[in-house]
Amino acid sequence: MTDHPGTHLVAPLKPELFLTTEHHLCPGCGEPVATRIVTEVLCELAQQRSAVCVLGIGCYTAFARMLDIDTVQALHGRAPSVATGVKRMLPDVSVFTLQGDGDMVNEGLQEVLHTAARGENVTAILLNNGVFGETGGHMTATSVIGQRTKTSLDGRDAEYHGHPIRIADLVARLDGAGYVARGSVHSAGAVAKTKKMIRAAFECQVERRGFSLVEVLTMCPTGWFVPTADGPDYMEQTLGQIHVMGELKVARAGR
Amino acid sequence: MSERRLMEGSEALAEACIAAGCRFFAGYPMTPFTELLEHMARRLPDEGGVCVNAESEIEAVGMAWGALATGVRAATGSTGQGLSLMQESLAEITLARLPLVVFNMARGGSDYFQATRGGGHGDYRHIVLAPMDINEGVALTQLAFHLADKWRNPVLVYGDYLLSHTYEAVDVSPLDFGDDLPAKDWAVDGRRDPRAKLVTMLGFSKHGEESPGMAQGMERHFQAAVEHTAAMERGEPARVDVGFCDDADIVVVAFGTLAKFVRYVVRQLRADGHRVGYVRPITLWPFPSEALAAATKGARTVAVLENSGGQMIDDVRLAVLGRAPVEFIGGISTDSSGFGVGDLLDTEVVRARIEAVLASVVASEGAPA
Amino acid sequence: MSRTVLTRGTVVIDVDACKGCDLCIPACPPAVLVMTTTDVNHNGFRYPRLLPGCTGCRACLDVCPDFCFEVHKYDEPIEEVVDALVEGRERA
Repeated sequence: MTDHPGTHLVAPLKPELFLTTEHHLCPGCGEPVATRIVTEVLCELAQQRSAVCVLGIGCYTAFARMLDIDTVQALHGRAPSVATGVKRMLPDVSVFTLQGDGDMVNEGLQEVLHTAARGENVTAILLNNGVFGETGGHMTATSVIGQRTKTSLDGRDAEYHGHPIRIADLVARLDGAGYVARGSVHSAGAVAKTKKMIRAAFECQVERRGFSLVEVLTMCPTGWFVPTADGPDYMEQTLGQIHVMGELKVARAGR
Repeated sequence: MSERRLMEGSEALAEACIAAGCRFFAGYPMTPFTELLEHMARRLPDEGGVCVNAESEIEAVGMAWGALATGVRAATGSTGQGLSLMQESLAEITLARLPLVVFNMARGGSDYFQATRGGGHGDYRHIVLAPMDINEGVALTQLAFHLADKWRNPVLVYGDYLLSHTYEAVDVSPLDFGDDLPAKDWAVDGRRDPRAKLVTMLGFSKHGEESPGMAQGMERHFQAAVEHTAAMERGEPARVDVGFCDDADIVVVAFGTLAKFVRYVVRQLRADGHRVGYVRPITLWPFPSEALAAATKGARTVAVLENSGGQMIDDVRLAVLGRAPVEFIGGISTDSSGFGVGDLLDTEVVRARIEAVLASVVASEGAPA
Repeated sequence: MSRTVLTRGTVVIDVDACKGCDLCIPACPPAVLVMTTTDVNHNGFRYPRLLPGCTGCRACLDVCPDFCFEVHKYDEPIEEVVDALVEGRERA
């Protein structure tokens, strides 16, 4: 059917900025979906030859091998400071971090807040699935009350485990932040909305309006103890109730 | 800078960084490192560089990591406590083969183990340079950037409060070390030129290329790092300053600013007819074991003077290997703040310590030394 | 019994890349993707198959974690006849 006259390609099997699409992340994982969106935005903004990815440590660390983008691997939580060093030396390059919630909101909370406050013109992409995926599904600072994880088997309890941090909301309050939004990849519609947010974030960087953050809720059926097909609903009913979708800050030029 | 002028040690080290082409510096204020950060903050923008007063030591080394990944010369530093905070990054930046220069403006000699043993996790070493004064500090700082690029390995410069706050007349001209340095074709610039690059400490690669350590996974990756350290140790000559050891009965071993006092006192004692010599390691790693063994061959006692509870003495013992008794004549010495200069950094105190060794050698063996 | 559907596009499915997560099924607006039931790929996963009526909207590609889809659009829609019995079996 593909060589039927009058056919045009809408989207290829292998996206432009992927060296390979083969990976060992779990069935139903949202992280590759979010990462693909980022690469599509870079292509649309013609930044393919002007981009550096600073990768955190998590399941997504596997993307170091897969992405056809100059990449610097950072330690757990430390991508924002590494991105700062890269951006200060390469001010005209689109520098972005790719980090999980354990990485950014647990280990690296200080780093992301300071980098945002400083108004570094870098874009942080947070892959938030509410668990430490790579170590097997443990509670993070974004896990929601009632969420069952390996370190909160009866569900996160406010009195014992404390409350989740809504990181995008925190960062949005900092003067150095130029664009902050929260999206997700649990449906095609959500993917489309999130792609717009990521585009706005990179535009904020290019226009030097300060730090940009897009928090993307991603499915982790393994960490959530649900069948893959139930990942989207679980996200909407749990993480999505606390980490609410939408644009949180859009700074104008000349702030 | 090509004219000699009076400046404090921190400023001289900052100028030396700039003369070496350092274009990125990040740090967190902590005594006695603070002034180095101040001078870099003042001077780097004039040279087209960037200095960031980072919000923590860990972020400072992280920023230097990012700058290094783009191929520029970059440095950070602190005092021992601050370097303790940085250790995970210092260990892993070594695995990432990045040429960081890191300053320990120490609060004494007690950071010797941290500096020379690889203060973080895993198997790695940094080249460690210990200047005795500002002029040597200026030369060794520039050498540090050169060696870091030559070996794609961090180099640590071990300074201290005295070095930081003393004023000397210095000429900070750029030095040429002669070697051709390899091109930094591993550095990222965003352009995937000729293809996407990966700066990583995890042993991955993007294009399936065989590199030492890649072929069989993590075990090979870590083993390759060990082999790299061994290659550095074999290939980079240890630097040492040896004096008056040929016929010495007592050899005094010391490093850094304290060693300058030892040199002065040994000269005094020689003038008074005592057979005393000194060995001053300049590279604390690679440690000048061979030179130390040769210099102490005929000694009756090897005395180690450190401003600490005794750390370098372990390396001295290993080098001497039982051929002579090794005695510790140092100790913790600091001021009321704990940051600075105590009584030990005084020629009369140093002389008294060495004279005590001389006396005990005479007493035990009956012949004047 | 049969009916006519307009097919406006198509997808190429990399069957062996699929990990059987099922996310593409509810994502497809005209509901023309169905997972196999007994057929599995080389890794033992069930995988999606395409029925007539694809619109080339790329929703499946947008939600797929494993890059299984290549999406094409036809300049002119094609009329396809769908046999109800065959469709029923496919969708069972």
